[in-house]
Amino acid sequence: MAMNPLQNSETTEAEGNGAASAAALPKKPKWSKIKSAGTAQSPLLGALMFAPAVLYLALIIGGPFVLAVLYAFSDVRIGSTGMHYVGLENFRSIIQSPSFITSLKNSFIFTFFSQVIVIVGSTILAVALEKKFRGRGLVRFLILLPWVAPISLGAIGWKWILDSLYSVINWVLVAVHLYKPFSAPMWLGEPHLAMASVILVQSWRLLPFSTVIMLAGLTAIPKEIPEAAAIDGAGFWRTLFQVNIPMMLPIINVAVLFGIIFTFTDMTVVYILTQGGPFDSTQVLPSYAYFTGILGSDLAAGSAVSLFLVPLLVAIAYFMLRVAHRAEVV
Amino acid sequence: MRKLTGGKVGGKVLLWAILIVFVVALAFPFYWMVITTFKQNSDLYDLNSNPFIFNAKPTLDHLKFLFGQTMFVRWLENTALVGVIVVAVTLLLSIPAAYALTRLTGRWGQRLGVVIFLTYLIPPTLLFIPLSRVISILGLQDTIWSVAVVDPSFTVPFSIWLLMGFFKSIPRELEDAAMVDGLTRFGAFVKMVVPISTSGILTVVIFTFTLVTQEFVYALTFISTESNQMVGVGIPIFLIRGDVYYWGSLMAACLIASLPIAFLYNLFLDRFIAGFTVGAVKG
Repeated sequence: MAMNPLQNSETTEAEGNGAASAAALPKKPKWSKIKSAGTAQSPLLGALMFAPAVLYLALIIGGPFVLAVLYAFSDVRIGSTGMHYVGLENFRSIIQSPSFITSLKNSFIFTFFSQVIVIVGSTILAVALEKKFRGRGLVRFLILLPWVAPISLGAIGWKWILDSLYSVINWVLVAVHLYKPFSAPMWLGEPHLAMASVILVQSWRLLPFSTVIMLAGLTAIPKEIPEAAAIDGAGFWRTLFQVNIPMMLPIINVAVLFGIIFTFTDMTVVYILTQGGPFDSTQVLPSYAYFTGILGSDLAAGSAVSLFLVPLLVAIAYFMLRVAHRAEVV
Repeated sequence: MRKLTGGKVGGKVLLWAILIVFVVALAFPFYWMVITTFKQNSDLYDLNSNPFIFNAKPTLDHLKFLFGQTMFVRWLENTALVGVIVVAVTLLLSIPAAYALTRLTGRWGQRLGVVIFLTYLIPPTLLFIPLSRVISILGLQDTIWSVAVVDPSFTVPFSIWLLMGFFKSIPRELEDAAMVDGLTRFGAFVKMVVPISTSGILTVVIFTFTLVTQEFVYALTFISTESNQMVGVGIPIFLIRGDVYYWGSLMAACLIASLPIAFLYNLFLDRFIAGFTVGAVKG
């Protein structure tokens, strides 16, 4: 691969940059084995170069995260000056609130069903898109639109499609005589239909993302393996379910992990389509945190609500590290 | 080999049927935006007319309204300005950091890289409540600076991750050669590594810009003045007024704001996906 392998690059660098490499010279043997042909490290310069980014992230992510925890145990409100420790008071009151219980339940329903739809849909679509065909570029662009366009704008498109009076879906339902005029479903106005609608729109949004991830996984499967299976007499379906899909499992994991995060912690679709209504039937944790903490001015209670996202995030982070670790070891 | 058997033809039909169903389901809302944008109100709000076709002459009224009577253009300008600022901040923070973590700090640098990537998973909806107070204490509330300061929090981690993958693929010999020629380590980074990383850096630029336009929660929380809003929040909040919907201009706005972003993003999508799948797909 290397056209000009500098076998002894460490000495080369020592001549060029004595100070920096001197710091890196006492290397552990394990490292030098890994980076046998590598350029010497220089931790001091390295630290200087990544410090600004790490400092910024600590300030703008770490700081607010600590604040969110502090707020959750306090009585802070928008406009209040000081704040007092109130122990578990916020948690006690939100757990007793029916809206919170509904939001918690809805968050899981919303996440679970949209992920099922996304994984099934994107697996099918990825398999269909894998082969090269004429017009593939255009098809790909159209399929990707929901993901690459800003979601708040795509969701408004759906709000119009699902309009209570002028819904094009309802016009079709009436036209084919499934419903009488003015009695067609109120997609965003009835609790179960509203939930189904936000789930479908969220799936619509994530399906392209999941599809391209799956496609990356599918194209990475060495061609010899499905070919060998075919020679051994396995048909299309058998190859798909017993060879391709099992080999895609790591990548399906990645798609699911990201999908769960992007769904469980997002409120854009819900906010635009239903604002959590009717009667909290589509309220999810993030939107409930927004309505409580920002619109309701109760920063403390809002923070307490949003902290309920943390256990799931920790679990996802753990699984991601496992995926990354496994790939590194193998 | 070339002869199409019955099974093959059936397979092709099935393939195209699947593709057509998905394309229609996924792209329909955008097609609907186009139709709605150019329809007269009398046509839009008539339950008896077929909504799929133009029953009256197409009109440019909605576009005129959008550009003449609303803050739409202002929102586009705000978003573009914030996008440029966030891109600059992201590049300044993430290029050196990614290089340092890839090349200068050994194995624990890689680990720190993974930790930084994980901060990308911390969602705005966990941080927006305390941040809203921080922003108001800083006096940035209701200004575009509020999002300009906060948005790099999700663009920097992912950009560092993308660039780390990119820097890993650059042969070390290039830097070694530069340093033999008398450049310092940092000099080799600035004069050798950065210039040949143009395509990776361009990916970060596009990625950052599209993420800024897609951001919703922070802009919704921090900005309430109509003239200071970002396009992704201004359209749903200020073009929808009570129960009166200006659907024509609303759909025109969605279409105009999303298509350029969608197009740009699409061009670079494969590189972003490579970022998401590092670790799970080898090679």
